[in-house]
Amino acid sequence: MPELMQFLLSGVTVGAVYALVALGFTIIYNASDVVNFAQGEFVMLGGMFTVFAFEAGLPLPLAALLAIIATAAIGVALNKLAIEPARGAPVVSLIIITIGASILIRGLTQIAFDKQLHRFPAFSGDAPIQIVGATMLPQSLWVIAGALAIFVGLWLFFTRTLTGRAVLATANNRIAAQLVGINTKYVMTLSFALSAAIGALAGVLVTPITLTGYDIGIALALKGFAAAMLGGMGNPKGALVGGLLLGVIEALTAGYLSSQYKDAAAFVIILAVLFAMPQGLFGRQSTDRV
Amino acid sequence: MLTVEGLRSRYGRIEVLHGIDLEIGSGEIVAVVGANGAGKTTLLRCLSGIQPVSGGSIHFRGEALTAVPAHRRLERGLAQSPEGRQIFTNLTVEENLRLGAYLFSDARVERDMEEGFALFPVLKEKRNLPAGGLSGGQQQMLAIVRTLMGRPACLLLDEPSMGLAPILVQQIFDVVKGLRALDVTVLLVEQNAFGALSIADRGYVMETGRITMTGPAAELIADERIREAYLGI
Repeated sequence: MPELMQFLLSGVTVGAVYALVALGFTIIYNASDVVNFAQGEFVMLGGMFTVFAFEAGLPLPLAALLAIIATAAIGVALNKLAIEPARGAPVVSLIIITIGASILIRGLTQIAFDKQLHRFPAFSGDAPIQIVGATMLPQSLWVIAGALAIFVGLWLFFTRTLTGRAVLATANNRIAAQLVGINTKYVMTLSFALSAAIGALAGVLVTPITLTGYDIGIALALKGFAAAMLGGMGNPKGALVGGLLLGVIEALTAGYLSSQYKDAAAFVIILAVLFAMPQGLFGRQSTDRV
Repeated sequence: MLTVEGLRSRYGRIEVLHGIDLEIGSGEIVAVVGANGAGKTTLLRCLSGIQPVSGGSIHFRGEALTAVPAHRRLERGLAQSPEGRQIFTNLTVEENLRLGAYLFSDARVERDMEEGFALFPVLKEKRNLPAGGLSGGQQQMLAIVRTLMGRPACLLLDEPSMGLAPILVQQIFDVVKGLRALDVTVLLVEQNAFGALSIADRGYVMETGRITMTGPAAELIADERIREAYLGI
């Protein structure tokens, strides 16, 4: 029993990070139909910027804040410099552009920083806490709470504010959105900024546990993408459930079977789900009347 | 109010508007009629800014519009209710209407919404349902009211009667006629030439990217050639 609890806790922690990455995918996908494969790099940048700002002597909260702002700015730059000029190109080309951008960001990070793994201290120390027989790092609670806060905040943003609804409207029908006076370019920029900031925050939260390095983004993007597909691409609720599910499946496989099989088990289950429900768990068939 | 001179537009290398001249006075209802593929929709898309213009000029209330992006034209008073209804299918009826007034957040938004519901009471019954589930006619009503929420001085209406049952067509044309009382100038593009010309003050006939005839709506309806070509009488 304590084992199961232990696996579940670590699964939820990792799953919360996957969920945030999946959420980043979802936001940009909704605004532009583009799957942004540089999403993992946003997580990496959030961690790396914080590490170096912290080592340069800034207090940790300030370093984290700067890292998030800087990453959001890079997200905006990615949109302005690479995606927006190619608007009108097929979606596949745009996706390939994001893959190129992720390689570029990785390369630049290697040059600007280094190839080592880094960490900064956990927010509330490293003394484990006991929860129903399982031990847990306080930082895990930060990760889970942070993910929850972002999901609630975004839900409020999309359902309660006019700007949030403008983003949904743009995702639903770009031309109609322009005709009611929505600046759809601004919505795109906002989506990239939001998505990058969320990725960076995930990086800040998780770095004390998993460490960060220039190339951690690839695996994260892959897992986040899988989580988004599992939950149903384009649905924030799907991102949350898909992410948590993926994390828990991995942790259980690693715990009861072997940690070598954890990726395989996760992907087998995703394949099985997608065979039965190609839309993902929460994806819905769009209803259009002609 | 709206002056179009020598307007040209192309899709890729194929020019579809070959120099359109058009003039709409304040408070008028003007119909542009013509067969499928004549370029009517392209003309409206140029006016609202979602279709690039390759030549000529558009002036609205004395101001050149050609370089103004689509989302800035509504704040100048020019609104388009697009063909094929183009509503936000995954948002509710009420959210659609609220977004129609995206540029505004004052007390009038609520009042305008109630007035819109008064025009088409069925929308009020369905205000909290996703717009994608409405019938074709209801979606058209929603599209018109949503456009009115933007407080246009001039409304560009693209094929409001397309694909609707005759009784709904009459209801929609009645509402368009009623816009005159609200001081809204209307440019109505229709394949249903008879319906459009019978509520319009003036009309233009479009054929393959050109204006071929123009005149008071009553005269156009009476014209032999038009009766034969478009009215099926």
